[in-house]
Amino acid sequence: MSRQYETIIGLEVHVELATKTKIFCGCSTGFGGAPNTHTCPVCTGMPGSLPVLNRQVVEYALAVGLATNCSINQYCKFDRKNYFYPDNPQNYQISQLYLPICHDGWVEIETEAGKKKIHIHEIHMEEDAGKLMHDEWEDCSLVDYNRSGIPLIEIVSEPDMRSADEVIAYLEKLRLIIQYLGASDCKLQEGSMRADVNLSVRLVGDKELGTRTEMKNLNSFKAIARAIEGEKDRQIEILKDGKKVVQETRRWDDNKESSHAMRSKEDAQDYRYFPDPDLPPVRIDDAWLARVKAMQPELQEEKLKRYEREYQLPLYDARILTGSKHLADIFEETVSFCGKPKEVSNWLMTDAMRLLKEHEKEPEELSFSPKNLAKLIRLLEENVINRTVAKNIFEVIFAEDIDPEKYVEEKGLRVVSDEVALREVIGEILKKNPQSVVDYRAGKQKAMGFVVGQTMRAMKGKADPAVVNELVRELLDK
Amino acid sequence: MANIISDETIEYVGILAKLKLTKEEQEAAKKDMGRMLDYIDKLNELNTDGVEPMSHVFPVNNVFREDVVIHGNDRENILKNAPEKKDGAFKVPKTVE
Amino acid sequence: MKSILDLTALELGSKIKKREIGVIEAAKASLARMEALEPKLNCYVTVDERLTLAQAEKVQRQIDKGELRSPLAGVPVAIKDNLCMEGMPTTCSSHILENFVPTYTAEAVKRLLDAGAVVLGKTNMDEFAMGSTTETSAFGVTKNPWNPEHVPGGSSGGSCAAVAANECFYALGSDTGGSIRQPSSYCGVTGIKPTYGTVSRYGLIAYGSSLDQIGPVGKNVEDCAAVLELIASYDQKDSTSIRQRDLDFTSGLRDDVEKMRIGIPRDYFGEGLDKEVKAAVLKAAEVFREKGALVEEFDLSLVEYAIPAYYVIASAEASSNLSRFDGVKYGFRTKMYEGLHDMYKKSRSEGFGPEVKRRIMLGSFVLSSGYYDAYYLKALRTKALIKKAFDKAFLRYDVILGPTAPSTAPKLGESLSDPLKMYLGDIYTISVNLAGLPGMSVPCGRDSKGLPIGLQLIGDCFKEKHIIRAGYAYECSRSSEQPVLAGENEDIPQRIQGGAGI
Repeated sequence: MSRQYETIIGLEVHVELATKTKIFCGCSTGFGGAPNTHTCPVCTGMPGSLPVLNRQVVEYALAVGLATNCSINQYCKFDRKNYFYPDNPQNYQISQLYLPICHDGWVEIETEAGKKKIHIHEIHMEEDAGKLMHDEWEDCSLVDYNRSGIPLIEIVSEPDMRSADEVIAYLEKLRLIIQYLGASDCKLQEGSMRADVNLSVRLVGDKELGTRTEMKNLNSFKAIARAIEGEKDRQIEILKDGKKVVQETRRWDDNKESSHAMRSKEDAQDYRYFPDPDLPPVRIDDAWLARVKAMQPELQEEKLKRYEREYQLPLYDARILTGSKHLADIFEETVSFCGKPKEVSNWLMTDAMRLLKEHEKEPEELSFSPKNLAKLIRLLEENVINRTVAKNIFEVIFAEDIDPEKYVEEKGLRVVSDEVALREVIGEILKKNPQSVVDYRAGKQKAMGFVVGQTMRAMKGKADPAVVNELVRELLDK
Repeated sequence: MANIISDETIEYVGILAKLKLTKEEQEAAKKDMGRMLDYIDKLNELNTDGVEPMSHVFPVNNVFREDVVIHGNDRENILKNAPEKKDGAFKVPKTVE
Repeated sequence: MKSILDLTALELGSKIKKREIGVIEAAKASLARMEALEPKLNCYVTVDERLTLAQAEKVQRQIDKGELRSPLAGVPVAIKDNLCMEGMPTTCSSHILENFVPTYTAEAVKRLLDAGAVVLGKTNMDEFAMGSTTETSAFGVTKNPWNPEHVPGGSSGGSCAAVAANECFYALGSDTGGSIRQPSSYCGVTGIKPTYGTVSRYGLIAYGSSLDQIGPVGKNVEDCAAVLELIASYDQKDSTSIRQRDLDFTSGLRDDVEKMRIGIPRDYFGEGLDKEVKAAVLKAAEVFREKGALVEEFDLSLVEYAIPAYYVIASAEASSNLSRFDGVKYGFRTKMYEGLHDMYKKSRSEGFGPEVKRRIMLGSFVLSSGYYDAYYLKALRTKALIKKAFDKAFLRYDVILGPTAPSTAPKLGESLSDPLKMYLGDIYTISVNLAGLPGMSVPCGRDSKGLPIGLQLIGDCFKEKHIIRAGYAYECSRSSEQPVLAGENEDIPQRIQGGAGI
């Protein structure tokens, strides 16, 4: 049997930080917006403009570094990375090469294969590039600098991963940490979290690393998993043919499920980094570090333990709820309004999750206010509505974030427990279904169920089932 | 001349700097750069062991802005000098992906 | 009869304040002078008479309402063409920016405008400030008012020639390796390069960002001190701007150098220094001695390493700073091209002149893979040593005195044929930029050809007042000895007399 290959993967993860303004100017970082409406002389590289560093970028980078067990370069600097491309208005990107803000950290991941540490080589701060749109009509490109200058951190891992599973687990871990810190929303689809995959293969047992390629344009976890499989197979194929893997950057096309080299003879890949003379260094003293450490919010693992302890939730619930910072926030806020943690958890874990799945959405995209969920739970608890009605109302809350109290009044969804009205309805049903009365009296309990069902239907689900049961039995027994 | 600049070097630097030189310009550039580098090599006479490279002349650190939006939509001004524009964006030759 | 044009900026400002001269009258006098001399001298790249007069009217109204209190309110000024001004073409004397009209104004210019300055136009310069003669301008050479066969120096040649020729009352220049001081010396005017970080660089189109500083060019030290006081500020838009408490430069204008410690670096008087320049500078040193200053010679060291270190650092920074000129966002785009990279290359190759290309190539090379340590880091280490040498000197001296340039203005066309020789002309000024120090050039006589000679005074960081005091004291002695250049008719170059009388 031939020797097995193993895959060696390292990741470069870019995360857009959740600042209000760009890294070097006071332009908004708001997503969307018509082209070039969030721009100024600085982020469009106008002559004579100068960068001034946004303090919050450093705060976020430090927070992420500390939460990923990094050492901090208490003296760090910005460097210019020089290359020509239209999305890069100055034709250099301000980044950090020589003294990045964080280095030598790690996070622990858990896969079916068990627990494992993934080491982080460094985290540096840099500016994002603008967006290029391709105009088919005129066969040209259009440049939008709204994204130019949005702050990024780039988290560079060591080549510690061996499978797509590990890569996904690592990314999910990073995403959780960063979301918990509030440093980014980490949305892969919107590009606020992007991963480039460095991959090489070698025969198991070999000491030397093989030649690696870098894969770009990976917009979802699924695309990342597919790209890893594809690239691994491509490289193994090359090696089996006795050829050599070329070190290059490749672009993944998820529709075609294949990649192609992004090489051009005009790209010399010689970035001529040098310290940016426009930006003085950043010095992070012990007091600043201590402050960032002290401000660190509760991260997922602590929160999970607290949920088990404080809310007496089962581990399973706690894990799912804390698996998304946003979901956990909704949970806690809802509980703060209405108590009943297990009930809140049930609504989120069953109904909310089911709807997310139906709409192919992520927990981050939940957009209803916890107050409305709390009101719904209270309406149910106080028996103003019954559970069937509540489930229907939740779907409306999920979609439109309506106020359930108003909704119940407007649509007249209150439980009807008015005996006189109910007796009348039941009387009508018995009149129309004389056979049921006969069957019941012959000892067929099923017949009663039928009448109750008919009554609930006639009441459009709003009747109090307990009252209906009692009245049906009474009338049948007469 | 101690520093001989090859055609390849000049071409390479031209790619980095995005400059296209004519044959004559290229010959002149080779000579100029060689002479300049010879001259710059004078720095090698200096012992700089243990000297920290000084990029900023004053030890100023931590110059920050606060995270507050100060610019509104200024697109008209930003695009005013564009050689070519379309739909509120800068128009460039097709970029290959 | 004394013409308006013969007044210094402060004298004119004072007369405007006293309503003896109107702002429009002053602006018109300058414009008339420009109209008469520009065909010969070419100090300006852009002049917009309508804008100037509109501004003059507005400033007069503000003065009448008592809204402007600056001593320079209403005084016409010329601005070097690498300083952005909203609505005014700003070209850096380069084809690549020929049609560029900024939508923002450089902080230094804004401060002048806020103080009621009336802008006459944008002055010619070496393309992107790269050059020492103003001959690398894409819009023609500027000629030295003292002798139009000679260069005015550079890169702020237009600003300095305009002041010398009374085509403005004062001007702004920029200085990366001597670009204010050397042309001031060649044109017989006064120019100050402040301590790095004193004047905001926001809106100054960068050449070598770690070395560039904006400064005043004037008819005398007093004017320069007053202008510097206006433009110096801590600016949050420039991260390298430095917060200083003491920006009250005019308080340094005291005719008193008693006990001032003045060092003369022997290294500045060696090979390559013109005999007449040497004699004039040493004579100036005598004046200080007579006035009670403690003058002595010393060895500064490392002088010969400043130029090579400078060309590595400035070219490297320039190669990166100038990469933004690519035909995408502003400026020149070539007409015919095939694809993106061809567009880049053609636009830049057609848009930049030879000296700019030379420095971009050199800068790209010294930063390229494999050379960064040997060239760039080596130059930064040399810079550290040069700074240390100055620090040591300033432990013993308040001011360092020497020539501004090794010679007087060369003839047109003499310098460009040999760039390296041209670079050597900056030998006394360049190290001042590397060390971030303030420096000033003051006229100290003329050579046998009648061309002005400049005296350079260098101060310790943030000690502008020392050089202002020394310069002022020297000037006072001179005016009692011989008339100040621009104040007397016989000192105005014969060819360029004229202007409105009062």
